[in-house]
Amino acid sequence: MRYSLASLLRQACSGHRGWEAAWRDASPKSAYEVLIVGGGGHGLAAAYYLAKVHGLTDVAVLEKDCIGLGNAGRNTTIIRSNYLLPANNPFYELSMKLWEGLEQELNYNAMVSQRGVLNLFHSDAQRDAFVRRGNAMRLHGVDAELLDARQVRRMLPILDFENARFPIQGGLLQRRGGTARHDAVVWGYARAASGLGVDIVQRCEVTGLLREGARITGVRTTRGDIRAAKVAVSVAGHSSRVAAMAGLRLPIESHVLQAFVSEAIKPVLPCVVTFGAGHFYVSQSDKGGLVFGGDLDGYNSYAQRGNLPTVEDVCSGGMALMPAIGRLRLLRSWGGIMDMSMDGSPIIDRAPLEGLYLNAGWCYGGFKATPAAGLCLAHLLAREESHELARAFRLDRFATGHLLDEKGQGPQPNLH
Amino acid sequence: MRIECPFCGERDHSEFAYFGDAACARPAPGAADAQARFVEAVYLRENPAGAHRELWYHEFGCRSWLQVTRDTRTHEILEVRLARESTAP
Repeated sequence: MRYSLASLLRQACSGHRGWEAAWRDASPKSAYEVLIVGGGGHGLAAAYYLAKVHGLTDVAVLEKDCIGLGNAGRNTTIIRSNYLLPANNPFYELSMKLWEGLEQELNYNAMVSQRGVLNLFHSDAQRDAFVRRGNAMRLHGVDAELLDARQVRRMLPILDFENARFPIQGGLLQRRGGTARHDAVVWGYARAASGLGVDIVQRCEVTGLLREGARITGVRTTRGDIRAAKVAVSVAGHSSRVAAMAGLRLPIESHVLQAFVSEAIKPVLPCVVTFGAGHFYVSQSDKGGLVFGGDLDGYNSYAQRGNLPTVEDVCSGGMALMPAIGRLRLLRSWGGIMDMSMDGSPIIDRAPLEGLYLNAGWCYGGFKATPAAGLCLAHLLAREESHELARAFRLDRFATGHLLDEKGQGPQPNLH
Repeated sequence: MRIECPFCGERDHSEFAYFGDAACARPAPGAADAQARFVEAVYLRENPAGAHRELWYHEFGCRSWLQVTRDTRTHEILEVRLARESTAP
């Protein structure tokens, strides 16, 4: 069923009893051409683009729980393409362009809101670094604007401009950045992929890989063995565990990242704001809650929950930026498991075993990359070569020295 | 999360700095396969879901290096010993 004003009116006249399920909850067949492990945004997007762009519909997405219950539903919903490195920027800009047409493409309201992303700077050195990043973005055709303190104050009067230790000197603004509703992205891709014939299989946990020699020929799951010519692993957070089933070690550590949402208040933040003197990023949801996050807890974790010192650290960053939120109560906090790669950049590549493909190492950046990661993973699966904008995301770059260290931290995953 | 330091007793983990997997030993630089070994030591990790041996530094305490065994699924601390008394991987 196509969603439109006409279909809404028709349903309204019949008491909304005619809406169909948006996608099929399929039972697994015994074999597929392509299996995608992981029913998050990335896996579902890859399945959609496999069917849509490459005409491959003998595809199944396997999810251990229900789709979108992992990191796809735990992020802070920010989309942006304000990257510095020439390997990263065009990829994230591809993603940004796909976000801009996503709702029309999928016929689904993903609530993409280009409200802008503003990175504040608080020192001369930081301003210079941001000017450099803004120039790099503009050289790649991405929008970037440098604002001075006066312009920031006009946009965001709630911020503390009297902070003597970390005065707000200005900010780098990407107006095309913003937020999108993460659940709707998952459901939209699921509906579109399912409509093209892809099987979405839930409560189907992969427990092992089937192999013949050095070739992966399928997966062992809680719902039986499923054979496939190609198996793609798109389970960021748990990539190391699936790789271990193939006897591989990845340049990845799993870390917990906490996020928070406050009670709803009247509109105070017109855009996404990041504090440059600590690590704190915040946006205001359409319901009015402040959605924010900060640093990782910093130790290996698969627990999907963090500890209180990080809560205090994140909230103190928020208080330094806008003391007015001090009386707000927190509604919820939660944790997600990040695939923290050794250089802070992702991997979309073939694994050393034939028939196995990786989409991993997304660190903090997985959500914004959803459309482009899906497109590039589908390209790799269908064409057996990397998409031209994902060529740098190789698995062997750690051995060859072609690292993509956007932050310049070295091999310390908890610092990226 | 609280870590039982052998000198200072049970302390909040915010007193400690995390330094990752304790199994990463520096390879012999003169070995024939040194380059491949360094790639493994610097970049590749087991990253287990379960017991994980890791290094913590008691930065705001006695400043000793500890080898902590911790369950990464629950954050439960299973064992703490001084890093210099632990056996290499």
